[in-house]
Amino acid sequence: MNHPTSNTPLLQVNGVTVRFGGLTAVDDVSFDVHQGDLLGLIGPNGAGKTTMMRAIIGVVQPTVGSVFLGGESLNGLPIHKRIQKGMSLSQQLVRPLRDMSIQENVALAAASDKTISPLRAFLNVSTDRELAVAQTELARVGIVSMASQSPSIQPLGVLKRLELARALALKPRLLLLDEPLAGLNSQEARALATTIAEINQQGLTIVLIEHNLGEVMRICQRLVVLDNGKKIGDGDPRVVMADPVVRAAYLGGDALGASEAQGHSTLETQRA
Amino acid sequence: MNYEISLITTMAIAVMFALSLNLITGFCGQISLGHATFQGIGAYAAAMLGKAGWPFLATLPVSMVLAGLLGVIVGLASLRVRADFLAITTMGVGFLFVGIVRQQESLGGELGVSSIPDHGLGRVGFMALALLMCAGIAALSVYIKRSWMGRVFNGIAEDEDTMRVLGIDVPRYKLAAFAMGTSLAGLSGAFYTYHLTFIGAESFGFVESITVLSMVVFGGIGSVPGVIIAAALLSVLPAWFQVIGDYKLLVYGGLLFVMMRFSPGGMAGLAARFFPTTPLVKGGKP
Repeated sequence: MNHPTSNTPLLQVNGVTVRFGGLTAVDDVSFDVHQGDLLGLIGPNGAGKTTMMRAIIGVVQPTVGSVFLGGESLNGLPIHKRIQKGMSLSQQLVRPLRDMSIQENVALAAASDKTISPLRAFLNVSTDRELAVAQTELARVGIVSMASQSPSIQPLGVLKRLELARALALKPRLLLLDEPLAGLNSQEARALATTIAEINQQGLTIVLIEHNLGEVMRICQRLVVLDNGKKIGDGDPRVVMADPVVRAAYLGGDALGASEAQGHSTLETQRA
Repeated sequence: MNYEISLITTMAIAVMFALSLNLITGFCGQISLGHATFQGIGAYAAAMLGKAGWPFLATLPVSMVLAGLLGVIVGLASLRVRADFLAITTMGVGFLFVGIVRQQESLGGELGVSSIPDHGLGRVGFMALALLMCAGIAALSVYIKRSWMGRVFNGIAEDEDTMRVLGIDVPRYKLAAFAMGTSLAGLSGAFYTYHLTFIGAESFGFVESITVLSMVVFGGIGSVPGVIIAAALLSVLPAWFQVIGDYKLLVYGGLLFVMMRFSPGGMAGLAARFFPTTPLVKGGKP
């Protein structure tokens, strides 16, 4: 793993604003992610979390502001360049390639040094190393027993783990997880959240977007809270969630979101 | 015997041409509706150089380079955008090619280019060389399929957004596929010229582009043996059955429709469905 110099944050989001026409999806948001962090990026529906993630990974370019990885500006770089610089993204919608096995899916990510250019990819045939890496990463996320199966027949819980293994196989410095727990039942969600925490403890820096506040509170060391595109909280999870502004944002949302958030908050209060 | 030699040569040229499109459409999932244009570039390059006194073998690399060059230009203009944009652009380039060539007196205009000199290899030698080229392109295709390039192509064909997130420079890979496919189409064009000793712009029009696409689809998009068999078969059918020659667009267009509707995997897909262990479509996968 690549350790940046002691004081430079691994990821710096610097005054990022993203506008789509008249809509400001992300409004002047700044935060740092340090080596070893497990940061939860949370907020009610429509808060701008996913847009923020997309600005970091390069799907959208910020209207104003910059994103730095290890002190290096990522402005204007396309997605694949950012991935090559050491980020990886586990997408919310799991999209494995259906006509290859789970292991081959992960191996494709593990081959990033061979697939960096078409010529190099043309000259390389051997898959031994990549399949071995895939095996390791699948073991890390707990689905190594399904390695040779097709992803088409797997339940969502396995696919979410496959997506995570694929992101890990890129050997990132920074792992971005977009709602890895969405759609899982509470047992599966808890198990996967534990896996994520373990991966972080092994030294990988992680930014986690997640709606499941219970699990976020359980595993994250720090929270950044967005609401209406603005950052309204940043710091220790308990302190942040006790903040009246953050509570109001969660409780004042639409009826469904509010009741859901309330449920989670009550849970957290009880736990605290 | 001459008839058979000529027939096999025709087949070999069609197989070369179809395998070249298979690299683009079959492996990388990019639909080209103007592939005949690149064969045409190669054919015209070989014709003009041949008439200028170049030996046949020397026209081959030039045909490939010119066709590949145009391919890269068309690719740069359209591959960065969505996949269906390539289909429209290549179709437009196809019409442009026919339109321009027909107006150029220096390229023979409406009458085409005739009395192309002999290749000097003899009928059997020419056929053997064409077959050798087919074998070479087939071997290249099988190799690519087994290499990391083939795996990336496969991924791009299925889901390019996911490939981006895996750090793949998607436009560059598409351009690589397009460059290889179009230059090999140029090679088949040079053989076409010397085989028929007469070419006209119409021979590289939209109908030919649809014909070669239907060969690739009929054989089974991406399957090397499937495409070889389909191209060999479909290239000689018009010679055997007059009616197919007369209703070419109808027959090939209908074939495209029927295959896409009932067996998107082509004949290779059908074979795999009936004989699940057939090595035909598994070729290359570890």
